[in-house]
Amino acid sequence: MTPRTLFRKVWDAHVVHRFPEGPALLYVDLHLVHEVTSPQAFEGLRQAGRRVRRPELTVATVDHNVPTGDRALPIEDPVSARQLDALAANAREFGVELFDLRSPSQGIVHVIGPEQGLTQPGMIIVCGDSHTSTHGAFGALAVGIGTSEVEHVLATQCLVWSEPRTMEARLTGTAGPGVTAKDLILALIGSIGTAGATGHVIEYTGDAIRALSMEERMTVCNMSIEAGARAGMIAPDETTFAYLAGRPRAPTGAAWTRAVEAWRGLQSDPGATYDRRVTLDAARVPPQVTWGTSPGMVTGVTGAVPDPADYPTDDERRAVSRALEYMGLEPGTPLAGLPIDRVFLGSCTNGRIEDLRAAAQVVRGRRVASGVRAMVVPGSQLVRAQAEREGLDRVFREAGFEWRNAGCSMCLGMNPDILQPGERCASTSNRNFEGRQGRGGRTHLMSPPMAAAAAVAGRLVDVREWAWEREGERERAAS
Amino acid sequence: MGVGEGGGAGAGRVVIEPFVRHTGAVAALPRADVDTDQIIPKQFLKRVERTGFGPALFYDWRFRPDGSLNPAFELNRPEAQGATILVAGANFGCGSSREHAVWALSEYGFRAILAPSFADIFYANCCQNGVLAVCLSPEEIAELLRRHAAGGGGGGGVYRLSIDLAEQRVEDGAGFAARFAIEAYRREMLLHGLDEIGRTLLVDSEIAAFECGMRNAECGIDERPSGPRERS
Repeated sequence: MTPRTLFRKVWDAHVVHRFPEGPALLYVDLHLVHEVTSPQAFEGLRQAGRRVRRPELTVATVDHNVPTGDRALPIEDPVSARQLDALAANAREFGVELFDLRSPSQGIVHVIGPEQGLTQPGMIIVCGDSHTSTHGAFGALAVGIGTSEVEHVLATQCLVWSEPRTMEARLTGTAGPGVTAKDLILALIGSIGTAGATGHVIEYTGDAIRALSMEERMTVCNMSIEAGARAGMIAPDETTFAYLAGRPRAPTGAAWTRAVEAWRGLQSDPGATYDRRVTLDAARVPPQVTWGTSPGMVTGVTGAVPDPADYPTDDERRAVSRALEYMGLEPGTPLAGLPIDRVFLGSCTNGRIEDLRAAAQVVRGRRVASGVRAMVVPGSQLVRAQAEREGLDRVFREAGFEWRNAGCSMCLGMNPDILQPGERCASTSNRNFEGRQGRGGRTHLMSPPMAAAAAVAGRLVDVREWAWEREGERERAAS
Repeated sequence: MGVGEGGGAGAGRVVIEPFVRHTGAVAALPRADVDTDQIIPKQFLKRVERTGFGPALFYDWRFRPDGSLNPAFELNRPEAQGATILVAGANFGCGSSREHAVWALSEYGFRAILAPSFADIFYANCCQNGVLAVCLSPEEIAELLRRHAAGGGGGGGVYRLSIDLAEQRVEDGAGFAARFAIEAYRREMLLHGLDEIGRTLLVDSEIAAFECGMRNAECGIDERPSGPRERS
């Protein structure tokens, strides 16, 4: 039998029908739904007199639009409230489970799927959100879809997808101290470009990937879309199984044993071929910071703002000039030392407990620099509760961070958490597009420890040097 | 201006207008990596309808912070008024999956977008809404932009293109002609304004058969790697 990639195995297991004109009809195991991209889809069902085919495979949550302040207060924005109400009404009408604002498990859709054990290896998972690629960390084939496709999946439990090409991204070596999964994926995007994997599904392989925890793998797969790939995948292993064991929706008993046995087969076979291969040596990656208005406009924190004149084509020179103008940056300015106004810790990329722990480690016993407004928005209410059990909320609050409730928040600024024009933000989110965090806002993407260090210093700093400055830091880290 | 037909008042699925052949004025947006956050900024995503997004298209670029028109933005130039074809840079529609971006482009009046490449999700969303996304080579797009600048941007005249989906051909009647590729499935969908759900339900029996196999798999009869979760 021809050796198959992980992607091929999952794809083959889900083909319901092959259209002679090209795409395949694939069965969807899990459909995650949120308030922003679903109301038109449910309305479409209603108008056509259709039902949700498999409500028990469909799970909804509110995340994009929700205020992250006091949950006891009513939602101030009536339009936001209407969208949340619409999802609640649709969930009731169509029999879909909803994690609403009253639920202790509410959170960002890509945080709660894995947290609940809904996300499992070998599944096809879809959601009307491009960061659905996150779930690929479990060896699932997980893709973001548009609202028409959401309606299609609701009605048929299937997705029409033209077979993508495959790319292996092999991450070798060992990442240095202070270098996180976020730095690895940003460095990869910087290397292959924001359209580098368009039309492809990426499989991340190599020692540097195997060494990552599940949460770190999620950070990597999450940003596959920022390299153009609709999905990223990592073959499941003992790390995956250990993470899933005992989760509320994971299989139990004999079903668990059977499942793990099947999941062990979800590896690319030796000799399986990819359409494209790229490699990255993790040992050579310093902490990353974006300087522009696209995630591919990134460099090491030891670097400087580039000069448009150094780019080979007119298009690139124009794009870089435009980005620098928007960002208010001069060519040659060192990134370390750049003063910041805001810090955002959170998002489906970096809003999990390990992210908060890593940031708290840097912040502990220190204060947010004067003039800087910093906030922590946990990825889910369960992450928030866990952090509070560990006392991380106190670490952040005592340092002067705002400690908020779960949601997408300032990652996309649909709720009241936004930047003011000209404000510069150290952000652990995934997109530094113009206006993404608020019109005129200037976003620098980085890891949680880097953002935490920036909050304390009031400027971008190399967290590796920061750690050295701290007496007792290494002892605490070792204990 | 530019609110196209086919919007309708309904909140849900609208009837998709078939795309067979179209001739129209060109607007140029010669930038790479135009993301869907620019096409339709997040503050407009709170609507629960499929309509009402046209006026907010490229909001932060089209309008100054005080709400007045930004005359420097490409779509605000006189020759871009009434344009139905957009020629843009590579990786158009990257970023967020928001289909609202296509709804906004369509409602504003665009029937086709030409670029050297498109982001995958955006491309799929176009097909769902009767908007034709045409991939041409970077050289062909550069040539179109040159001709647009010479005919329209420079002289104030309007540069027009004809797009024939049946023939998979773009031409300007003045010497430019290019063929483009499109998957037959997407082409059929656009040519006939097909509803994808209706099309899929034609093979409903195969979906049912697949589900039957899944249930067997749960009893260990099949080798499917995973079955549906059980309700806890």
